Amino acid sequence: MDNIKIKTEKLNLYYGGNHALRDIDMSIRANAVTAFIGPSGCGKSTFLKTLNRMNDLIDSVKIEGRVLLDGEDIYAPKVDTTLLRKRVGMVFQQPNPFPMSIYDNIAYGPRIHGIRKRAELDGIVERSLRGAAIWNEVKDRLHKPALGLSGGQQQRLCIARALAVEPEVLLMDEPTSALDPISTLKVEELMGELKKDYTVVVVTHNMQQAARVSDDAAFFLVGEVIEFDSTINLFSRPRDKRTEDYITGRFG
Amino acid sequence: MNRKWKDGLLLGLIYLAAAFSVLLLAGILGYVFARGISAISLSFLTTVTSALKGTTGIAGNIVNTLYMIALTLLIATPVGIGSAIWLNEYAGKSRWVRLIEFTTETLAGIPSIIYGLFGMVFFGTVLHFGYSILTGAFTLTLMILPLITRNTQEALRAVPDAYRTGAIGMGAARWYMIRTILLPSAMPGIVTGVILAVGRIVGESAALLFTAGSGYLLPKPGTGFLHKILESGGTLAIQLYLSMSKAQYDVAFGIAVVLLGIVLLINLTTRLLTGRTDAASRG
Amino acid sequence: MRQTYANVTHKMKRKSVCAVETAAQMIFTVCAFFAVIAVASITLYMIASGVPALWKVGVREILFSTVWRPTAEEPSFGILYIILTSIVGTASAILLGVPIALLTAVFLAEVAPRRLAAVVKPAVELLAGIPSVIYGLLGIMILNPLMYKWEQAIFRGSETHQFTGGANLLSAVIVLAIMILPTVINISESSLRALPPQLKASSLALGASHVQTIFRVLIPAAKPGIVTAIVLGVGRAIGEAMAISLVSGSSVNLPLPFSSVRFLTTAIVSEMGYASGTHRQVLFTIGLVLFAFIMIVNVLLSAVLKKGESGHE
Repeated sequence: MDNIKIKTEKLNLYYGGNHALRDIDMSIRANAVTAFIGPSGCGKSTFLKTLNRMNDLIDSVKIEGRVLLDGEDIYAPKVDTTLLRKRVGMVFQQPNPFPMSIYDNIAYGPRIHGIRKRAELDGIVERSLRGAAIWNEVKDRLHKPALGLSGGQQQRLCIARALAVEPEVLLMDEPTSALDPISTLKVEELMGELKKDYTVVVVTHNMQQAARVSDDAAFFLVGEVIEFDSTINLFSRPRDKRTEDYITGRFG
Repeated sequence: MNRKWKDGLLLGLIYLAAAFSVLLLAGILGYVFARGISAISLSFLTTVTSALKGTTGIAGNIVNTLYMIALTLLIATPVGIGSAIWLNEYAGKSRWVRLIEFTTETLAGIPSIIYGLFGMVFFGTVLHFGYSILTGAFTLTLMILPLITRNTQEALRAVPDAYRTGAIGMGAARWYMIRTILLPSAMPGIVTGVILAVGRIVGESAALLFTAGSGYLLPKPGTGFLHKILESGGTLAIQLYLSMSKAQYDVAFGIAVVLLGIVLLINLTTRLLTGRTDAASRG
Repeated sequence: MRQTYANVTHKMKRKSVCAVETAAQMIFTVCAFFAVIAVASITLYMIASGVPALWKVGVREILFSTVWRPTAEEPSFGILYIILTSIVGTASAILLGVPIALLTAVFLAEVAPRRLAAVVKPAVELLAGIPSVIYGLLGIMILNPLMYKWEQAIFRGSETHQFTGGANLLSAVIVLAIMILPTVINISESSLRALPPQLKASSLALGASHVQTIFRVLIPAAKPGIVTAIVLGVGRAIGEAMAISLVSGSSVNLPLPFSSVRFLTTAIVSEMGYASGTHRQVLFTIGLVLFAFIMIVNVLLSAVLKKGESGHE
């Protein structure tokens, strides 16, 4: 077995009275792309958000079970969520740059975490933008507003912004669903690059995308993981009838 | 650690600022009621200040205030509602909309002392109404017009388009549709605007000082409504100002208690009204 | 025969419906243009009554002279100090009031547990409803005595200071700062609430704390709304008359914290009652200056709003 980065044990999540995630046990490999697929409302995004505790923002959410990052429970009472989220970064469905310059967007995270020196920030900004394959497009207008970029560029900017705090894990919540096909292709290529240095977890409802980019895949249905396997196995030899029905497009 | 300390400090400041508003209000209410409640008595509310009879009272000012409210609303409410109806239901994309909305905003931003000056010159001198309740009411009409227009507009905007298309589709003419469908649905919003306007009228002083004058007597028995509105009449707020500039602080605080009572009442009423519409739109 | 009769009444009815409809539309149009007519005539009359003194006394004599002796044997009508007082007083009130208001808005939009918000929000609304004369009354009864104590302590033994009994610029600034709170709080709060929720989520996802997110992302993102709030606050402060007319003293001086001062508004309030002739005309000129300030504020405001709109697209 490869090196396990994140492991969940008997994870249950309740929205008020609604049991949204049921007994999820999953091991996510380091330096691999893991994809979550399943129909809308199946809990895949909710599960993704438990991995960096973004669900904490919602009052009515209750979580049971354990989420281990490098063997340590991130829901332990002593955990500082800001440090956790520095280690486990996130990219959202809608590109959402801050209303400031491209440079300031990237430098935002490092500054938050106490880096003040201009030269150091310059280095981080360039490295992050290169890492997200957008450096060449924006290097001449770093101090222009980020909101002037196209949708696809904005999303890669957001990836760069997430990379700038040097996370270990990158969670991506349907990162291409708001993008055009060409931008989508660029982001998909990027995921392949990113797994060399990071652990990537991506939620998608596009099955071709999951098949193209991921090493492992999990199929979610009504809050349960129906099947979790290597992507090749899941798509070519699904063990569960429901997985087969979904990936062959019979529902969802 | 440094960050936590800084966050804590800022959070403390945020709480402090919020506490300031609450304590300020509590302080104002507490102080005014503590100083003024003793001035309130039946004779204070029902008689007129008179050296001859030895009475101190604000009955005349109360009557003036009621006249002022009635007269101002009588003019401003139809105009304000009519203006909102035109903007929302008739104007479409007319280029006049921008101008009218801009001037309505401008009216809302003009300080009351400017209204006072204009009212004094235009209604008082040019139209010869002199220092009178009528001059004051005309002046206040201009001042509260934006309040009524904007609230009505908002209320009309909140009415779903399906109501309009439904009624028009059944062959209803536009004004008929507005009268029977839109206005009833928008009524809570419109009433809220009118009540807020009452609050402004009751609290206003700068616009009235040089328009409505400072008369404090009760209307003479047997003279009509028209006679009264052409006489000088100081509202409660004006009397409060005059009393405090003459250092008659007991009277001033007595009036302040009455005014704050009215403010609280208005606040409560609008809260009930808007609370109900909020719940309705959420549900 | 009968049928045509019915037809005729039907047509007549139709016609009267049409007439009512047309009349209604016309009436509403007239109502709508009422605001335009009002602003036009106010502008006209303010200019018509404010300009004559400028001719008679001279623009420089009025706007750039500091000596205000309207009732002296050889009267002088310089209102420079009055203008300066309004500018300095408004600016100071903004400096004092806006930080408190902004933090309160942050409290309501971001920090407050529901129960505390349910206390603070109505309190702010009530503050907005309190008539300005009551703020003035409390200013006289509470602030002025306090200021007098400070004045006595600071200027003990001073030969040059004119004692004011506490009715000074500082008192007026505090009253104005308090009076702009509700306006600035409400508009800042709604602009903070209008921000897209992803903005906050993505800042938190980068490991920023809630407080860092508020000050580094949310407030900058809400800037157009906050600027609108401040501009409206300026309008409110510069136009306030009754609350400060007795609190700020009654002589025309350079606007220093412990000096008795006259604002544009308070000059009108306290002298219009007895002024006549040129003095009265100059008071209208003061009104015109105030009106000009307000118009500038209004134009600024619509510029800010327009910029905010185009920024969102």
